[in-house]
Amino acid sequence: MVHEQTGSMNVAESDSNHSLLAVDVRKASLVYNPHEAPVHALSEVDLAIRPGEFVSLIGPSGCGKTTLLRVIADLEHITAGAVLVNGVTPREARLARAYGYVFQAPGLFPWRTVLGNVKLPLQIHGRSASECETIAREQLDRVGLTGFESKYPWQLSGGMQQRVSIARALSFEPRILMMDEPFGALDEITRDRLNEQLQQMWQRERRTVVFVTHSIAEAVYLSSRIVIMSPRPGRIVKVIESPLPDARTLDMRDSIEFVQLAHEVREALAHGHDE
Amino acid sequence: MSRRADPKANPALRSAKGIQMDPVAPDGKATVAMVAASFALALVFMFSPLARPAAPVGALFWTLTATLAVLASVGIRRTAAIRGTGGGFYASMTAALFGFWILYFWQLLVVAAEVPRVLLPSPALIVASLWDNLSTLGGDFVQTVIKAVLIGWALGCGLGFLVAIAIDRMPFLQRGLLPIASLTSAIPLVGVAPIAVMWFGFEWPSKAAVVVLMTFFPMLVSTLAGLQASQRLERELMHSYAASYLRTLWSLRLPSAVPFMFAALKVNASLALIGAIVAEFFGSPTTGLGFRISTEALKMNMTLVWAAVVVAAVTGTTAYALLSRLERRVAFWHPSVRGRK
Amino acid sequence: MAMTSKRHGHAAALGSQGAPIAVVLALIALVWYGLAIALNAQGAIERNLADVMWTWQDLVATTWAMERPVLPAPHQVALDLWASITGWPLSSPRNLLFHTAVTAESTLVGFILGTLLGLLLSIAIVHSRTLDRALLPWIVASQSVPVLAIAPIVLVILGSIGLTGVAPKAVIAMYLCFFPVTVAMVQGLRSPQVIETEMLHTYAASPWQALWMLRLPASLPFLFPALRVGVAAGLVGAMVAELPTGAQAGLGARLLTGSYYGQTIQIWSALVMSAVLGLVLTAAMAGLEHVVLRSRRQT
Repeated sequence: MVHEQTGSMNVAESDSNHSLLAVDVRKASLVYNPHEAPVHALSEVDLAIRPGEFVSLIGPSGCGKTTLLRVIADLEHITAGAVLVNGVTPREARLARAYGYVFQAPGLFPWRTVLGNVKLPLQIHGRSASECETIAREQLDRVGLTGFESKYPWQLSGGMQQRVSIARALSFEPRILMMDEPFGALDEITRDRLNEQLQQMWQRERRTVVFVTHSIAEAVYLSSRIVIMSPRPGRIVKVIESPLPDARTLDMRDSIEFVQLAHEVREALAHGHDE
Repeated sequence: MSRRADPKANPALRSAKGIQMDPVAPDGKATVAMVAASFALALVFMFSPLARPAAPVGALFWTLTATLAVLASVGIRRTAAIRGTGGGFYASMTAALFGFWILYFWQLLVVAAEVPRVLLPSPALIVASLWDNLSTLGGDFVQTVIKAVLIGWALGCGLGFLVAIAIDRMPFLQRGLLPIASLTSAIPLVGVAPIAVMWFGFEWPSKAAVVVLMTFFPMLVSTLAGLQASQRLERELMHSYAASYLRTLWSLRLPSAVPFMFAALKVNASLALIGAIVAEFFGSPTTGLGFRISTEALKMNMTLVWAAVVVAAVTGTTAYALLSRLERRVAFWHPSVRGRK
Repeated sequence: MAMTSKRHGHAAALGSQGAPIAVVLALIALVWYGLAIALNAQGAIERNLADVMWTWQDLVATTWAMERPVLPAPHQVALDLWASITGWPLSSPRNLLFHTAVTAESTLVGFILGTLLGLLLSIAIVHSRTLDRALLPWIVASQSVPVLAIAPIVLVILGSIGLTGVAPKAVIAMYLCFFPVTVAMVQGLRSPQVIETEMLHTYAASPWQALWMLRLPASLPFLFPALRVGVAAGLVGAMVAELPTGAQAGLGARLLTGSYYGQTIQIWSALVMSAVLGLVLTAAMAGLEHVVLRSRRQT
């Protein structure tokens, strides 16, 4: 059966577990424009993500899911509350290169080849040239793009560019992977294939993944835990532990458990929307 | 070429409405044949006694000239209209063809109508003058282009680039300097030439100084614009890698700025050439393209003036072509460069 | 509520924009005064203070008040401008505004003619494949050629026909404006997307209607920057045209005579005046753009 969790974990539990948590968000709030026209992008959000989980953040526009991801990634700063990544502040985690971030658009540098783009973070982190070369080639192989090393980004399709972007994010083996609607701009067939690849990668490597998406099917297919958020103010409405087995195939999308879970997510979204 | 394919003979080939007048996909080979035939006619005409200066310019001459002109324009129009895989080649050929005919009729009419040399010399005379004065013009070229233009352009662009980098982290200064820098494009900066002469003497340094002033601001503005051009996403990416300011500048912001810098470099190349030549109009040593043009014009030695203008024109287009080549190598990735033929 | 916030926004923008500009201008003025001391010092010592015991204050004061300085101080230029403008009637050659008007006249006549010619030619080019392929490449190529170098030739030819005065200067200004306007207008007339031209096609619109209702309005944002460039180029052309024939009137002529007679302050005054004229002309173009494209602005 589905195990529900609403709102926050109790403090005692969270304290004893916090040293193990990959991401620990406690009563985080983010208010834009506090004096004139305040926008509550995040309002007292509590979330605990254990290492190795695949957590999806899902909700309508303006619910704060991307904002929450960016806060964890030290791309934005909260105005109240606390956020810890691997037990340290987001800034320290960023400086320690603890996570890889995949944006909505591939964001590849057009003056670098595909291989050059994957090497970018490695070069910035000061790895030797030979190391950069070997690691980059291996990462491209893992996303299935061997043979495209000397191509330029504009010569690849959108799906392939996004795969390069994922290879780049994984190149320095971060423990946490953050993805902001990475497949949103792609057609459904490509999206399905990439979902499958991402799933299989997660099966193999069990990195912590925080995944923002609009798509209920995607969230249900990929995640071990689904966090439903709603806007105005941005907050978590419901957290659902997925009952689906870890090893998943695309065919599972027609199974009863899948449909039920998707239904539950949809209900929670609608409920959050009505509030 | 059959008469039916000639749009002048067959009104069905004119478009029903509007101004577009294309013969429908003419045959490339037929067009080439036609153009070749018109070339042959043109040559025969030019060397015939009718086109000699001594011969009177009467009705026959004008009829033949008019016919040739019609043939020329039809040939151009047909070449322009060729589509398909050979289209690119024929497109550039059209422009070349047009240029050729302009030169031809210039030569023909100036010689036959005995237009005074001081008014308009014929192309042949200009070429002859170029050849005869090669050493003089060569010296002018070195004085103006190699010394004043090249050095001034390099210095001006270099300074503009360095200042842009220097104030990259000072938004306050940028907000103050950018509007002023953009305004300088409205000011006739060549007017500082007399002042430059006063400060740097009559020789080429004063012209180079004018060029430095003219090229500095466009380069500054473009480099600053280029440095801001990197998208937010890429900058956040670098932020997520904990990349330092210098690292981000080197790996992201400078490469993004390159297309902007090249635009400025190209514009500055023309500005530099104009600046140096016009600065020489204001007062100059005894060599230089601008000096040559203004003094020989006063002496009414128009063939030499035209020859100097040709040198300047060729310099300008060559510089632009070289910079475009370089741009294609360095900024190959930018959509504007990729989209070029 | 919206009005006050907009006004508040404007005021804030002016504050954030005005302060840096004012600071930079102040810095420039400071540097200018400093340079004036440095560059004029030698001359001051040799000429003005030759037989006198002088202090630093004397030196500084003298460098800022010389008759033929290497670099005149800002206030010297300002005073000269003021004296010239207010001290003489407008028709007198001693009044700088007289010369300004002469140059401005040639510039504007040439600019208007060049723009009209450019507009007409660009419309023709867009509608004729022949002109597009035969003529446009030459016009584009001419942008890298120093067309201003032909000015003496034009002056000689027109002079021998008997055209003097405003006409030759206007001709030069005209062809300098013509090139940027043509190139920009061709780009602008071709800027509408395929969707828009195809829509007009489904309405069976004639090319003239498409021109009037789609292409010309779409080309306006391209036209105005080119007008600004054109008017500035035309001004340079008009000034340069005043040089070779030893013209008596106009800002270019003033620059030349000032340099012949070593009248530094006169040169600087003429230079400042030409800068002001250039700014006024381009501001006029910007103002025109603002008015014409006002309805298009999407805040």
